[in-house]
Amino acid sequence: MKRNIDKFREKSFSQQVLQKIDELQSGKEIKIMHVCGTHEVTIAKWGLREILPKNIKLICGPGCPVCVTSAQEIDSAVKLSLTNNNILTTFGDILRVPGTSISLAEAASQGANIKVIYCIDEAVSLAKKNPKKQVIHFAIGFETTAPTTAVEILNNSNLDNFSIIPSHRLIPSAMAGLLKSGQCQIDGFICPGHVSTIIGSQPYEFLARDFSRALVIGGFEPNDILLSILMILRQLRKKKTSVEIEYTRLVKPAGNPLAIKKMWQVFEPCHIGWRGIGIIPHSGLKLRLKFKKFDAIKKFNLKIKRAFDVRPGCKCGEIMKGLAEPKDCPYFKKQCKPEFPLGACIVSIEGPCFVAYKYGSI
Amino acid sequence: MCLAIPGKVKKKRKEDAWIDFGGGVVKKVKISLTPQVKRGDYVVVHAGYVIQKMEKEEARETIELFNNLKLNEKKYR
Repeated sequence: MKRNIDKFREKSFSQQVLQKIDELQSGKEIKIMHVCGTHEVTIAKWGLREILPKNIKLICGPGCPVCVTSAQEIDSAVKLSLTNNNILTTFGDILRVPGTSISLAEAASQGANIKVIYCIDEAVSLAKKNPKKQVIHFAIGFETTAPTTAVEILNNSNLDNFSIIPSHRLIPSAMAGLLKSGQCQIDGFICPGHVSTIIGSQPYEFLARDFSRALVIGGFEPNDILLSILMILRQLRKKKTSVEIEYTRLVKPAGNPLAIKKMWQVFEPCHIGWRGIGIIPHSGLKLRLKFKKFDAIKKFNLKIKRAFDVRPGCKCGEIMKGLAEPKDCPYFKKQCKPEFPLGACIVSIEGPCFVAYKYGSI
Repeated sequence: MCLAIPGKVKKKRKEDAWIDFGGGVVKKVKISLTPQVKRGDYVVVHAGYVIQKMEKEEARETIELFNNLKLNEKKYR
């Protein structure tokens, strides 16, 4: 197994793929967007933009769930965490992201009861061990994480002191939303590896069919990305777009049918705002009527009067849409640094601004 | 964060499994989404859940995919 992973980092293999990329492209500008924060880490860490032909542009899309969770949702989490008798559970990477005014970390320093967890079953255990407390889980993440939330709700349908802030989002809808906006001309997409492990290749097919975009589901090693780019170029050259799987060692065309089934048992699509981007139709997940008691926003009758996603001048929104780069932001590396974040993109370790800060600008 | 390091299933019991990631790191995770995994399988874990079994053979397939791309190259010139 280790030998196979090494192959995906082998320089000689990279050089062969790069040669084929060079042979296959005509010099015309080709824009390829990825929608996975971890793909951005791979690209930056291995310096892939520097070794590709200059006319092939690798663009970072809104694939960082922490970056696209709205300030209103963070404000809701902050408010619930500051309420007596509540315990808010959250994944660690969103802890320091500023809401409209403060982050969850700052709320914790003000006395909020916040517990960082790695798996949603820890939140459920916490609720069972503390029957007099209300445990609310901040359920962020894409299709990789949504089924895990669904499973816990299905397995604990009688648990009355557990609820979630529903913040899951759907990647194929986001990709369609970006294309429909017409703001960024994308020729092809490298689709996220682990979202696709769950959903398979079928949910992307309409993008190949109706929007004529090349799509390849890629893995996380440098040669996975290079191979994915080669496969995209091949589709564009043949003028025959489809959804291909490069990451065959994990992604099956049918994905994980059990996980998909659980997710749709508990959730249904809804319109949701992506931080800095705006509302993208059918790109969020809301709880079905049967499971409404798990919706913390309704349960606690939460109303956030005014929420602001992006401070004036901040380029997080344009960066998430692939229209700007971190270096275009006036705050980047000046007032906005990982230690003192002004926006979301510099907080998450897979946020484009953090990656650019750590590995050098996009 | 998508950690794509496969671990090996050491043991399983009901909805839990213990995954060996090498270097002495063994983690208890949930297999509610992949109840079919067995001892000895390589799996990928996300947010405390096994999301899929990793196929050793498929890793070789990706290499062959590339080799096939090379062979078919001549058709697209």
